[in-house]
Amino acid sequence: MDGAVPLFRMEGISKRYGGVRALEKAELSVTPGSIHAILGENGAGKSTLIKVMAGVVAPDEGRMMLDGSEVSFASPAAANQAGIVCIFQELSLVPELSVADNIVISDPPKRFGMIDRKAQRRIAEEALARAGAADIHPLALVKDLPLSRRQMVEIAKALARKPRILILDEATSALTAADVAKIFGVLKRLRSEGLALLYISHRMNEIAELADQCTVFRNGRNVASYAAGTKSDNEVVELMIGREYSHIFPPRPMRAPATAAPVLEARKLSWTDRLDNISLSVGAGEVVGLGGLDGQGQRELLLAFFGVLRGLSGQILIDGKPVAIASPAKARGDRIGMALIPEDRKTEGLMLPMTVRENLSFAALDRLSRGGIIDRAAEQRLIDDMVALLAIKTAGLDVPVGALSGGNQQKVVIAKWLMRQPRIILLNDPTRGIDVGTKQELYQLMRKLADQGAAILFYSTDYDELIGCCDRVLVLYDGAVKRELVGAEITERALIASALNINGEEMPVGGMAKTPARGMAKTPARGMAKTPARGADA
Amino acid sequence: MKDWRYWLAEQRGTLLAFGIFIVMFTIYTSNHPAGFTANVVQTASNKGVLLAFVAMAQTLVVITAGIDLSVGMIFLLTNCLASWLVIGTGIETAFGVVAVLGTGLLCGAINGAIVIYGRLQPIVTTIATGAVYFGIALLLRPFPGGSVNEDLADALTGRLFGVVPASLVALLAVLLVVWVPFSRSVLGRAAYAAGSSETAAYMSGVPIRRGKFAAYALAGLLAAIGGLFLTFFTYTGEAAYASGNAYTLFSIAAVVLGGVSLFGGKGSAIGAIFGALAFRTIGDLLFVFDFDPLWQPLFQGVILLIAVSLGAFALFRVRNRLEWFL
Repeated sequence: MDGAVPLFRMEGISKRYGGVRALEKAELSVTPGSIHAILGENGAGKSTLIKVMAGVVAPDEGRMMLDGSEVSFASPAAANQAGIVCIFQELSLVPELSVADNIVISDPPKRFGMIDRKAQRRIAEEALARAGAADIHPLALVKDLPLSRRQMVEIAKALARKPRILILDEATSALTAADVAKIFGVLKRLRSEGLALLYISHRMNEIAELADQCTVFRNGRNVASYAAGTKSDNEVVELMIGREYSHIFPPRPMRAPATAAPVLEARKLSWTDRLDNISLSVGAGEVVGLGGLDGQGQRELLLAFFGVLRGLSGQILIDGKPVAIASPAKARGDRIGMALIPEDRKTEGLMLPMTVRENLSFAALDRLSRGGIIDRAAEQRLIDDMVALLAIKTAGLDVPVGALSGGNQQKVVIAKWLMRQPRIILLNDPTRGIDVGTKQELYQLMRKLADQGAAILFYSTDYDELIGCCDRVLVLYDGAVKRELVGAEITERALIASALNINGEEMPVGGMAKTPARGMAKTPARGMAKTPARGADA
Repeated sequence: MKDWRYWLAEQRGTLLAFGIFIVMFTIYTSNHPAGFTANVVQTASNKGVLLAFVAMAQTLVVITAGIDLSVGMIFLLTNCLASWLVIGTGIETAFGVVAVLGTGLLCGAINGAIVIYGRLQPIVTTIATGAVYFGIALLLRPFPGGSVNEDLADALTGRLFGVVPASLVALLAVLLVVWVPFSRSVLGRAAYAAGSSETAAYMSGVPIRRGKFAAYALAGLLAAIGGLFLTFFTYTGEAAYASGNAYTLFSIAAVVLGGVSLFGGKGSAIGAIFGALAFRTIGDLLFVFDFDPLWQPLFQGVILLIAVSLGAFALFRVRNRLEWFL
């Protein structure tokens, strides 16, 4: 901001992984008392950049200056010591330890050489309160908390370390709208306290609200730096993807609602205190969205359909006939033909150390084998089809799937299920932490599958997606369907109002809800073209 | 407000092991011809503490998501060494005890160094080092023999004030001096964190290596304390291969019985101690019910399976099947 002395500078930083160039002579400078947004597609080098800053990876060349003198970090601990604290996209919490244990983990308070539990508790409570998450009990085990709460713990943990430079890498992607609002308040306060904040997000509206300065990365280089608000969303997206930005959501087919016979139906589904009398139906060719704040039972509803929950009451009907779905194996079977794209691709979707090929064929192994022996040729054919269909960008089929970028990993998860040609597709927030280009491809794919007759139930935490993709949206609140929005009724205002369970007309502007999204959904159409850059090496 | 519930959840495994032990021990003493007398308790305690020490040792390593298959062999090696050194005048005996414990610590430290700095799998590393430790034990005592300072031995295996088994007091002392400080230190927490999620621990700047190293080294020390007590009970040293292996495997059973997760990051040595005591009581139960010794291993196995299954009952209450895999 206004030419202040940079607190931290990176000059000519390069990093290669094998043959892949992750960073190429990248430059960045960070000033105190400002929020600096880093933009770019997945794989543009943002993650590597902050890993270098945070001491997780060592750069091949280049130098870093802190307070005008050259520094290098051998480990995350060394970077922390220098006041650089990073909230990573992959959560860095230890699941079996308590919230308080985790918050003080890198430097616990000590008394007589042992950890002082009272002081620890106090620090944890302070940090949680500072992060606006005083509702989390410091003695709860992290593994028992839902993802959004864990993210808040992660933020509290970073604050407890008293950073000078705080890096947030997709830190809000798992948060509810209310938490995002709280965190924004915290971040703005930190800025006024003189911290330097680096903010990485795919949500343009968040960047518009927070950032003072923006830097766009593409292919490992910083391609542009500008003061926030001096470029339109369109220009920014074009900088990010290096090509003209075409409108992101595919057109919705015009159809009279509920003409198609329902493929998937629920009648009065209830489960513990999380699902409350839910009835819904999804027809062939329909994309039905699930909206609402995070954690209102959307995830449980999808799991209920997929045979994961026990003690479910109510009925599930497939093609109008009641069925008992006792396990995911049953759900994916030929009679039902269901697929679930899970929320957390790293644990529920993929076997990270195994190869792309193995991951792709897991769900379809029964179809690809005869007498227990896998038909390699058939497997190869199907895999080739999928890699081409989804334009999966990988160095080869035999690399570990963990080496792919987030967007491509998600494509593998989806491809793995498409190999079974499912009739019913359940998606649990599939675009979380994924770059704009890949998101766009997924939207197109979803519509294409629906047009081919699939029934799609789609949960998203991003209102723009629900508006852009869905024929109907069911808004859940406290485990019950609060409101059904059809076609043109699906607006940001209606979604937010029903998500907060308040009357749409009296909806306050701003406040608790996510700020109205700019751009993305509303950018003028310029004719969608299959992107040559992404399709090329498939 | 709800603090106690979190505490209860954390101590579930330990409390369950405690419960299992109390039930078994009550059945045992009420069917014992002599009943619940100081003598019966002393004998049970002396048998139990040996496995309890080795199980504590195992706990430390299992918490880091590793496993130590050499604990039984360190136990034998230190037994053989003690049968040479822990004898003579008070000073000589004291020197012997220090040397024996130091040897255990060194054995554990070697395991730790290989696993952590050599980046080898704990299971393979400790099979190999275990064989080496047994080899040294065999060289020290090709045949059973040696002796020990009998005054010290009798004092530590007898009774305090005529009622309290001294070995039990020693176990408690070791628990307070080794386990409690470790579990509450930064290194102890690092060991837990490394066992639960090594990546997250690393990213948080936790001293993983030192924590794991401390766990392995202290495991060696605890196994050596076990070896020392074995010498006090038997007055001799013996490199008995089968016995070493049995202690290693029983220590794993005891640890699981005590609610320590083999996946790491969860459990306490206190649970493992009750696990060990319960495991020992299984053998005693079969004795008081006059089972043919031929049937003993079979029944021991069956009872162990039942006891371990108790810890799995919670799975029936799980209503979201994904929680099975957590």
